[in-house]
Amino acid sequence: MRGLAIRLAPWALIALLLAGWELACRMLEIPVYFLPPPSAIGEAVVQEWPGLVKAAWFTLSKALIALAIASVVAQVLALAVTLSGVLERTVQPIAVVLQVTPVIAIAPLVNIWAGVDHPERALVALASIVAFFPIYSGAVTGLRAADPDLVRLFDLYGAGRLQRLTRLRLPSAVPFLLEGHKVAAGLAIVGAVVAEFVSGSGKVQGLAWKILDAGNRLQTAKMFAALLVLGAMGVALYALLARAERWGLRWWRGR
Amino acid sequence: MTVAALRDVEVDYDRGRALGPVSLEIGAQEIVALVGPSGCGKSTALRLLAGLETPTRGTVRRATGRGETAVVFQAPTLAPWLSARANVALPLELAGMPRAEACAAADAALARVGLAGAEAARPAQLSGGMAMRVSLARALVTEPKLLLLDEPFAALDEITRRALADDVLTLWATTRSAIVFVTHNVEEAVYMASRVVVMGCGPGTIVGDFAVEGPLPRPPQFRTTPGFRTTAEAVSTALAQGVGA
Repeated sequence: MRGLAIRLAPWALIALLLAGWELACRMLEIPVYFLPPPSAIGEAVVQEWPGLVKAAWFTLSKALIALAIASVVAQVLALAVTLSGVLERTVQPIAVVLQVTPVIAIAPLVNIWAGVDHPERALVALASIVAFFPIYSGAVTGLRAADPDLVRLFDLYGAGRLQRLTRLRLPSAVPFLLEGHKVAAGLAIVGAVVAEFVSGSGKVQGLAWKILDAGNRLQTAKMFAALLVLGAMGVALYALLARAERWGLRWWRGR
Repeated sequence: MTVAALRDVEVDYDRGRALGPVSLEIGAQEIVALVGPSGCGKSTALRLLAGLETPTRGTVRRATGRGETAVVFQAPTLAPWLSARANVALPLELAGMPRAEACAAADAALARVGLAGAEAARPAQLSGGMAMRVSLARALVTEPKLLLLDEPFAALDEITRRALADDVLTLWATTRSAIVFVTHNVEEAVYMASRVVVMGCGPGTIVGDFAVEGPLPRPPQFRTTPGFRTTAEAVSTALAQGVGA
């Protein structure tokens, strides 16, 4: 009974807030273009559903492609960097600069390079850049995270470089890689959405474009609808990867 | 015949002298306990014998072949992603033994430490005592001439550590490899070792060297014999003097 109450509590709060919002909109007669009531937003979601799904898939697919690219590049680079101290020192400054520069600041440049005809390439490129860092730093940390006593044991038994890599450092890095991918997935969506906002053309018809387009026409309820789907998509992707991480850890640790 | 020796060995760290000068010879089949307060260089001496560290001055003589020296650390130090069998087979596989052969040897080693049936278990599924046994099996699997134990039972409860002490002695009776182990515990040292070496602090030096009479493995009630009591008392006194010095 208590467990049920605890589980229902957050939903009850949401319902209460929505009811308050609806009431306030009606009683204060707030114009719909300024703040639509939840009922209008719900209506917009239902009306726009096919378009929203299509737009969501557009954004999501770009984010997933970016995640895959970032995953491969980041892991290969992390591997190369941990094998060569010189390479790490070479790459580090550029990596830091790229990481601290806000993605929105480089988006217009990437848009120019991708060309007006291929704005979706800019999307993938920008989302890749954002998704790159959590995987890269996770992999670098993980490849150095082997238990020092296990390292001593490998010393003692005269293990070679390749044996150390495949039998000690790569397996030790697995939990860090899982965590990195989980964080990167959420960021890939952020990157894709930011890039969409910057490109802002009719050729890129993702969720961000839906928000922009509806905003330009002052169809505020549609803006909220797209925002709602965007949030749900991010939560779903994060939940999926969190679950994948748990499975992965269970497989890795055997429990 | 000696299997390993430290001769006039000194080790300096950045913060100053950590060990030495120390000279210590380990005879074949000998069980030597290194006893001393924390930070007196016991573990450093052990790492020198293992070849995991090199002395600043002096010489270390040891069996240098692959798997001729084995170490058990304070923690089980098992790879969590490998089964007990794969953990034990690891030293053999690193030395290039084919997997099937290494796994067979690993299963035999696990059976010897009383873990037959737990071959497929992961370290996370084992109790502390069982994980320590897997670690012991991994050390034994290469049939080392010298087995080094760095406070191997420190993290275990009293009952488990006593059982493991007897098991180590029973295993020693069949392998007859020389054993050097580090401990804080005087009783454990006198019970397990044929020779107790007491180390003193600042920097670590040897302040006492006691032979322990009596059969190995120990008979029941060995802890109550006068010989055990007298030696334990003598070791304690030397330890106290070493700390005071």
